[in-house]
Order: sequence, then C-alpha cells, then structure tokens
Amino acid sequence: MMLSKGLKRKREEEEEGKEALAVDTWWLDPGHPAVAQAPPAVASSSLFDLSVLKLHHSLRQSEPDLRHLVLVVNTLRRIQASMAPTAALPPVPSPPTAPGIADNLLASSDAALSASMASLLEDLSHIEGLSQAPQPLVDEGPPGRPTGGAPPSLGALDLLGPATGCLLDDGLEGLFEDIDTSMYDSELWAPASEGHKSSPEDGPGKEEAPELDEAELDYLMDVLVGTQALERPPGPGR
Amino acid sequence: MEEPEQGFAAGRHTCRPGILPGPTRVSSPQDDTWNWCVYLGHTMVLQPSERHYGDWNHRRLGPWCSPTGSPAPLSCETGCGEGSWILVCRLLVPTQVSLLSMEEDIDTRKINNSFLRDHSYATEADIISTVEFNHTGELLATGDKGGRVVIFQREQESKNQVHRRGEYNVYSTFQSHEPEFDYLKSLEIEEKINKIRWLPQQNAAYFLLSTNDKTVKLWKVSERDKRPEGYNLKDEEGRLRDPATITTLRVPVLRPMDLMVEATPRRVFANAHTYHINSISVNSDYETYMSADDLRINLWNFEITNQSFNIVDIKPANMEELTEVITAAEFHPHHCNTFVYSSSKGTIRLCDMRASALCDRHTKFFEEPEDPSNRSFFSEIISSISDVKFSHSGRYIMTRDYLTVKVWDLNMENRPIETYQVHDYLRSKLCSLYENDCIFDKFECVWNGSDSVIMTGSYNNFFRMFDRNTKRDVTLEASRENSKPRAILKPRKVCVGGKRRKDEISVDSLDFSKKILHTAWHPSENIIAVAATNNLYIFQDKVN
Repeated sequence: MMLSKGLKRKREEEEEGKEALAVDTWWLDPGHPAVAQAPPAVASSSLFDLSVLKLHHSLRQSEPDLRHLVLVVNTLRRIQASMAPTAALPPVPSPPTAPGIADNLLASSDAALSASMASLLEDLSHIEGLSQAPQPLVDEGPPGRPTGGAPPSLGALDLLGPATGCLLDDGLEGLFEDIDTSMYDSELWAPASEGHKSSPEDGPGKEEAPELDEAELDYLMDVLVGTQALERPPGPGR
Repeated sequence: MEEPEQGFAAGRHTCRPGILPGPTRVSSPQDDTWNWCVYLGHTMVLQPSERHYGDWNHRRLGPWCSPTGSPAPLSCETGCGEGSWILVCRLLVPTQVSLLSMEEDIDTRKINNSFLRDHSYATEADIISTVEFNHTGELLATGDKGGRVVIFQREQESKNQVHRRGEYNVYSTFQSHEPEFDYLKSLEIEEKINKIRWLPQQNAAYFLLSTNDKTVKLWKVSERDKRPEGYNLKDEEGRLRDPATITTLRVPVLRPMDLMVEATPRRVFANAHTYHINSISVNSDYETYMSADDLRINLWNFEITNQSFNIVDIKPANMEELTEVITAAEFHPHHCNTFVYSSSKGTIRLCDMRASALCDRHTKFFEEPEDPSNRSFFSEIISSISDVKFSHSGRYIMTRDYLTVKVWDLNMENRPIETYQVHDYLRSKLCSLYENDCIFDKFECVWNGSDSVIMTGSYNNFFRMFDRNTKRDVTLEASRENSKPRAILKPRKVCVGGKRRKDEISVDSLDFSKKILHTAWHPSENIIAVAATNNLYIFQDKVN
C-alpha cells in the first residue's frame, strides 16, 4: 500500500543522507498531486525528524548561524503544529484530518521512538525549543531511553563544548558580569538561566543525560590524548 | 622535463630568482592567444609547479610578513612552503617570464576575460564570497573565504588595440582579515569576507570597506611610482648610518620606480557586533556607513572607530521569542537618512533616521501576502530575503528570495510591482533542497546601470538576466568549457519535464554544488562579473 511504501522509503532516505536531488521524494512534496491527498501527518513525521536533526546540527556549531537556526525552528514549529493533535499524546487516536493513518504511523513505529517524540514535542511546546535541543534523541537514532519528564536543562550550551559546559554549573552570569555575554545571556546558549528560572527541583546541571556526558568526555579525552601524545611517546596503554 | 628552478614560476616558465621589493607584477610577454601574468603581493610568493607543465599550477604559500606590516624583501632563496595564493590566468602557450616594470613598453595586457584557478589545487579558502565594482567601474574587487581581497583594474583603451578594450587585470591583492580566535567564547571567527563596498573616489587613492563576521575595515589602496633616494641618515638598503660618518648633507630626491600598489588598513571598526555581519552600506553623505548583523544595525562615522550608534535592534528580550532575523540592509542612494532592511520572513522595512534615534519603528513595511496555493512547510524559508538592493534611481528596491526576484515600488507596500521566476522548477524539489541545505543558499541580485535589467545567480553555474522593459529573460552559464576568450555565451535552458531537447539540461542533472551567489554589474556599461565558486568570470557585451 502507499503508506507502507512511504514508510520504508523514508527510512532509507535518511539513513543514506543523500546530497543529490532526489526526485523520488515526491511523497514529501506538498505540491505534488499525490501528496495533496495524503495526510499531512505522514509528510510531517520524517520531515520532523529531519528538522530536529538540522536543529541539533545547527546548535552544535561553535557559533550557530542564527538565520539558519531561526528558519529551522520556525519550520519545526509548523510541522509540530500539523502533528500536534496526534503526537502530543502517546498513540491515542484523535482525529485531525486523517486519524487512521496517523494512528498507523505511530503504532507501527518503535514504541520508544514514539514515546520520545511525544516527550520531545512536549518539550518544544513548553519551552519553544531553542535552549532545549533534543539532541540525545537524534544522536542515538531511536533512543533506548525516553527523555522523560525532565528535559536536560543543560541543553544547548553544553553542545558548544566542554569548556563552556564546565562553567555552567552555577554562577555563569557572575563570572562574566563585566563582559558582554549577550551570546550567553540569550536563551539560545544559556539554559543555565533557564534552569534558574524554571523549577529548582529539576536540579539544573546535576541531572546530566548520559549522552551529554559522553560527548563531553570524548572531547576531553581527545584533548588529553592529544596533549599526552605531545608530552611523551606512546607506550603501552595504561 | 627538468625540475623548475626555485623561483617564481610555474612549470617551465621561470622568472629570474631575485629579490622582489614588495608588490610587483610579474608577467609574460604578450602573445596572440592566451597570456598569463602573476601578481605578487608583499605577502605572497609563487611556488613553482611540480607536476604540470605547459599548464600552470600554484600552491598556497604562507605570508612572509603580517598583512599590516611593511613589506619585507622577498627572496626565493629563503624557500617556499605552504602558503597563499597567487592569482593567475590560465596559461596555454609557454613563454618566458620576466619581471615587468610598468614603464616597459611591452603589451602584456592581453588577458583573457576570466581568472581561473586550477581545479586540482582549489581549496575552500579560494571560494569567492563577494564581488563589487567601484563607482566608476574602473576597479573590481573580490573577497574570498580566506580573507583575501583581490582588486582588478580595467585597462585603458588604446588606439591600436581597440578590440581588446576594457579588460581587467589584477591590480592589488592583500589579506584583509585573518582568522581570529575569541578566547572568551572559545569561538573561531571566520576570516571570510562577507561584503566589500567601495567609497567614491575623492583623491588619487581608492578606499573600500571590507567586512567579515565581526569586524569592518577601511582599506586605502594607493599607487607609488616614485621613491625618495638620498637620505642622509639611512643608506641605500635602509640601514641607519652612523652619524659620525656623515660629512655632507644632501637633499633626497624622488626618483621613478616600478609601480607599486599598496593596500593599507586605515580604520578598523571592531567589537560592535555580537552576531554575524551580513551587510555594509556606505551612506550617500560619504561620512557614515552602516553595518548590519542578524539582530542589529549600527551606524558608523568613518573617522570614529571606537563608537557606533545602534539604529536598529530587533533582539527580543527573551531569546526564546526570536522568530526573525535581519538578512540584508542598504542605504538609499540619494537620501542619507533613509535605509531599508530585509528579514528572514520575507519582509522589508524602510526606516527614516530623522524619525527617531533608534529606528525600531519603520516608516514603511513591504510584504507580499502568501499565495495560499503555494503554501508548504517551506514557505517561510523560501520567502526569506537573501539580498535587497535599491535601484540606481532610488525609486525601487529589488529583493531576492529563494525562487524569485521581486521589484518593489517604494510607494507601494502591499505587493511588488514585478516578480521574476529564477528557477521555479525547484519548487517541487524543496524537500530535497531542505535536506541538503541548499534551500538556505543566499543568492544576491544586481541592477544594471540604467535599472532596466536585473541579474541574479542560480545553480549549475547558471545565472539569469531579466529585462524589465521587454520582459525577456535569459539563462547563461559561467563555466570553463565556455570560457575561451571572446567566446559568445550561448543561452541555456532547463527542461522541466517531457521531452528534453538536445541543448537543454534536465532538472535532475543540475549540479547544486555549482552555485552562483555573487555577481556584479558595471555601473554604466554592460560588463558583468560573475563569481562561480573559486573562479571569477568577467563578461562584456559583444562589440560589433
């Protein structure tokens, strides 16, 4: 059936990450007559993933392109808005334009994936996304663990690198009081302030998602190994 | 083939090794077909080619001195290493190269109308990021990703070379911006030149503004063809003399020397932008200019570098509420109090600085209502304006979004008066273009001198021209295959469906890595400059 074909192809598309212009993505193009009949929810889902991936990638840049970021976020909002009735809740049928197909989509997806998507959308709709980059979700593919109720309040700033991440724990603003830290002051880069504002029971900074730690650790390891390599010749590993 | 000797050459063409006293033009004698010349800035040295003979090749070499330092004599004996670019033309005919003096009566100016860099050594630093003619069209400046500026100068016409009138030669090359590291934020600041804008010429020297993401610089480009000789306190090599040995006094005299073109930074306007600068625009009063980043626009006085006035600030109090950024800005060509800026949401605001110090409230707001039949998830992205340009008359503005070019009358805010489809066949491919990020490409657009024709770039090294009066349009291609000197460009056509004719190219065969983002049009003549990745093409109207 059209739907199952669509599902299969969409995973292919994203795994290969093709650069070339793919004409066979007609089912994603809203302009195409065939798609016009298909429910928007089908198009949105993989487009949503793609947008989340882009958002994540954009935030990972040392100095994100603000225009790119804003456009991706706004597009993500549009997609979310078209999906919200079905995806905000775990697979519970509620009729947008084509309830049956939306259900099928969610039901046939990996349960963990849909649960993560649900929590992800919740995050987005609560926080409006910028500082809560759902990067653990995208990093691991379908994540084994749901992001749960407490979003990683470290969020985007940690993606900028461990140097800034180390300073995050508390008093970031105090450290840079006499310096123009508008880059950090903005919610884009400083979820620490976000953490201060939001409920303290979240334990901002303490509850680190394991993926964040890994990324940080990797970076630190690289730096250490690099320095070690400089200082002494490689010997038997410790 | 023997190894070329150390020196300044490519392949079998060597110039005599020696000391170059600074910016010097090295060129080969003219021949009838192709020619080549090499320009050496005071920071660059040509590396001899090792592999290609009969064809030129060059490598990137390091600067011998800081761009703002005084030129040090270069010696090929000190060796060449990794380094900077030399700009050369493509060599086809081997000829002997010798150091050229500007006074020598050798006609070495027969240069083809394109400056091509050898593919095999193309690096990302050579990608041209901005192109701009000066106000007379005599000079053409390009900036690249490596922070370099190359200025071309138009040849003077000569009676016996009428058919070669108006070709552009390299005039000056300098390193405008270097990569910087912001230690506070652990961020590297790119040296890529985002924009170059010329100041009108007021004396013998030329002035231009060049900017990267954070810092604007005012450069002075001047010629020196005389040198003082006969100093009392310095000897001929510039070393100080022991005053005790000086027994007579003499008056230094100015003697002619090989023409040297020097570029010196006169002002550095830094630390005023938190976000990335996307535009600079010189005011018609020639005393001020503005620089725009994603969220703010600052007004500068050329004389004052430690202060700027913020005239537009769209940063929300809460960055979570950020939904729109500034994408381009320009001053009105005649009214020094008026400017426009465009946004990522496809809107243009016209502001009057007389109304208030902070122009957060616009005087006019230009926006076209969305076409409901074209609505998609990508509507906003493709409506994002990538360039805005006033017409020379000041009566119209032109905007470029992803698929169209629009002309607006300043007196009509609710819709453009003209809309031109650049590559509408991409409308059904938006999802793929979103996937590969091409949908975020920022194309520029330009007016011709009389505001009757507009030009913009596309993919596959295509660029498009639209005649506003006849409503005719043409697609042309800037590519090596078509770049024989004096070759006439053939119009191209993209086949959107159905049977593809022989000369047409199908949409799916388009190369999306070959994008023409930057073009420029001579202010009064039909000469255009087109930047295709790392190559610059200069085309002119066929002369009958």
